[in-house]
Amino acid sequence: MLYFANWKVVVICAVCALGVLLSLPNLFTEAQLSRLPAFAQKQVSLGLDLRGGSYLLLQVDVEAAQRERLNGVVEGVRKTLLDAKIGYEGLKSEGDAAVFTISDKGRIEDARQALAKLDPDLALTIAADGTGSMRFTQVATDSRRRQAVDQSIEIIRRRIDETGTKEPTIQREGQDRILVQLPGIDNPQRVKELLGRTAKLTFQLVDPNVSVEDARRGKLPPGDEILPSAEEGRGSRNSPSAGSYVVRKRVMVGGDTLVDAQATFQNNEPVVSFKFDAVGARRFGDATRENVGKPFAIVLDNKVISAPVIREPITGGSGIISGSFTVQSASDLALLLRAGALPAPITILEERTVGAELGADSIHAGTVASIVGVALVAIFMVLFYGLFGIFADIALFFNLCLMLAGLSLLGATLTLPGIAGIALTMGMAVDANVLIYERIREERRGGRSLLSSLEAGFSRAFGTILDSHVTTLVAGLLLYWLGSGPVKGFAVTLSIGVLTSLFSAILVTRLQIVTWVRRMKPKEIPL
Amino acid sequence: MRPLIVISHVPRIDFMRWHIPSFVFSAVLMVATVVIFFTHGLNYGIDFVGGTLIEAKTQGPADLATMRTKLDSLKLGEASLQQFGGPDGVLIRLPQQAGGDAVQMQAIQKARDVLGPGVEYRRVEVVGPSVGSELIRAGVLATVLALGAILIYIWFRFEWQFGIGATIATLHDVVTTVGLFAIFQLEFNLTTLAAILTIAGYSINDTVVIYDRMREDMRKYRTMSFRELINLALNETLSRTVLTVTTVALAVLSLLIFGGEVLKGFSIAMLWGIVIGTYSSLLVAAPILYYVQPDRRKVGASVTEKAPASAAERASR
Repeated sequence: MLYFANWKVVVICAVCALGVLLSLPNLFTEAQLSRLPAFAQKQVSLGLDLRGGSYLLLQVDVEAAQRERLNGVVEGVRKTLLDAKIGYEGLKSEGDAAVFTISDKGRIEDARQALAKLDPDLALTIAADGTGSMRFTQVATDSRRRQAVDQSIEIIRRRIDETGTKEPTIQREGQDRILVQLPGIDNPQRVKELLGRTAKLTFQLVDPNVSVEDARRGKLPPGDEILPSAEEGRGSRNSPSAGSYVVRKRVMVGGDTLVDAQATFQNNEPVVSFKFDAVGARRFGDATRENVGKPFAIVLDNKVISAPVIREPITGGSGIISGSFTVQSASDLALLLRAGALPAPITILEERTVGAELGADSIHAGTVASIVGVALVAIFMVLFYGLFGIFADIALFFNLCLMLAGLSLLGATLTLPGIAGIALTMGMAVDANVLIYERIREERRGGRSLLSSLEAGFSRAFGTILDSHVTTLVAGLLLYWLGSGPVKGFAVTLSIGVLTSLFSAILVTRLQIVTWVRRMKPKEIPL
Repeated sequence: MRPLIVISHVPRIDFMRWHIPSFVFSAVLMVATVVIFFTHGLNYGIDFVGGTLIEAKTQGPADLATMRTKLDSLKLGEASLQQFGGPDGVLIRLPQQAGGDAVQMQAIQKARDVLGPGVEYRRVEVVGPSVGSELIRAGVLATVLALGAILIYIWFRFEWQFGIGATIATLHDVVTTVGLFAIFQLEFNLTTLAAILTIAGYSINDTVVIYDRMREDMRKYRTMSFRELINLALNETLSRTVLTVTTVALAVLSLLIFGGEVLKGFSIAMLWGIVIGTYSSLLVAAPILYYVQPDRRKVGASVTEKAPASAAERASR
């Protein structure tokens, strides 16, 4: 007991000193910090509930993307079978598969060979009666999902960066969710609007041979689709088509070939100017050259923004989208086009926004509560344990420093429940001291010598302390694993607190008592 | 420097005398919880049932009636408004909107529009239906796993009988804490859940300290009746129990008083939890062992019998 190996003393003191040093930066304001060297600037990072900001949980609707892709498969099957001159009927998408029936049973094998070349991601089955289906393999679906989420994260980052939000955090959560944290944003409405749009832009030819009315009555040619206008009611004046267009499904050029988009003015109207890359420019040039005099539709998220008539081939690789934009909507569209289209629609599942003022109030309340709590506990310990209470309080101080240092080192985030966790840990940390001191007192009363009862107090209390810490740690780790947001913050401080209090209550207290016994050579334990 | 307050002797309280009434009391409390839980349910916060929560601050005292009329005009379902913090603080709850996550998100903007400028939004939380049900599942799972893990740990460290006692006592604390929220219809949200798991950890902590001492006494005093043994262990650890409960209560009380509105639910749950946790360690967990007695031969295998303890130990030295 009395013997502490020198290296152990050094290690304990070093850990304590490091704890104090690493927790010190938290006492300074940002302005004061900036004058310090870089290594001393690391503060505990505050959660959005303390610094103010907005937290959004998004879901990538991978299924929607999959459905859309399936439509492409249906088209692919149609084209393949037509090209191979194989008769078929009942081709459509059903559930997660494209289904069809081969009319000529003699050509099933030909159909199989032709369709097998379509896409390696597709699994093909054709039964003897000619009914067949094509669906995406599990591997393809999974990798597609991963890709869609990764791509979404990238696009979301670009969109948010364009809004000028500082230090956004965008990370994957689970399989198909994305967590977005926007510090300092107290109304995320604009961001939500920007994220809510897929921004898939296409240029498609308008089919001039079919009117919307005919198409609605079932005379829709197979390669066409009816798309609504972006503005309801618009167009009812110029044409009877009630704001809808019949356009060819085939895409002339897609928005993925854009390299730039800017909001500008044309005839005092806000418009969006865009530039294609080389491939897009050539395709757009070719398509416009072949269709001079015909209208084409500029389609955004399956709505027609405008459908101008091609007056002459557009070969310059740039153009202008006009519609009835406001300045804001034009610049939003330009932003979305620059950032690119989302591979799948996104829905917002959860929003938590905390204003900066409430955050500041929470920091203040949490700090006051913690300080008062620690002070009360400290006074209480001195009242009941005298000198040993002071030892416990010193250990408590180092415990607090080590907790803060641990939080900074791990890059953990401190939330309001996290502060509650700190206050609570302070109350619980002295439990180890109480256990030890009660045990020492008891052993001494039982007739042991001074040194022997100190020794027994520590060694006998240790098992109990370990048990009680492990059970709290179990609860803490489960909370971390299953909790979300602020609760995770609580779990982090609770778990770190359990570990640091094990160190401080046992080793730091013990070192102090050993030093005291050696220096003062006491005759009696002041308990 | 000597302590000002010294508990100089081991008390001799006959805890076992009260164990039957306390079992009855606990059983009533638990049954009441279950009944109220199924008849009235919990006042779930939006974390679990979805919906919108707005903490707002108005310029001057908040006019709840006008705000309510404005919100009702939106037809978003029954809006609940209450004073929060001060006279200019309002807490607004909008129920879950039918039609999925997207509709849910639009509700908040509509509310902002109708309340107009001059309202400062301190906190806005919108939880869609799909997240809420997941959070409930995760919460229940966490609690069950925590109890299971604790049982296994105690089983591993002690005899299985101790594991049973500790689990029943912890379950008791968890259930009655839920009961407190059901009876007073306090809002049950994610932080409450965090509090409950902390209570489970704290209560088990308390129980383990007492069990530890019981196991030790079982080795020391082989012929002592089990009833006396339980009383002895409880009395020997009583000063520690009281001191620890006080320090934790001091920390929790300062959270309750100074920690602000957001932590209120958490602090209330914790305060109740440490009281009920201490009670259950003394009067539920320990007496249970009277009925499922651990095998003394197994527990006492390592130490030879002789009493009193100090004499035995000096002799063995």
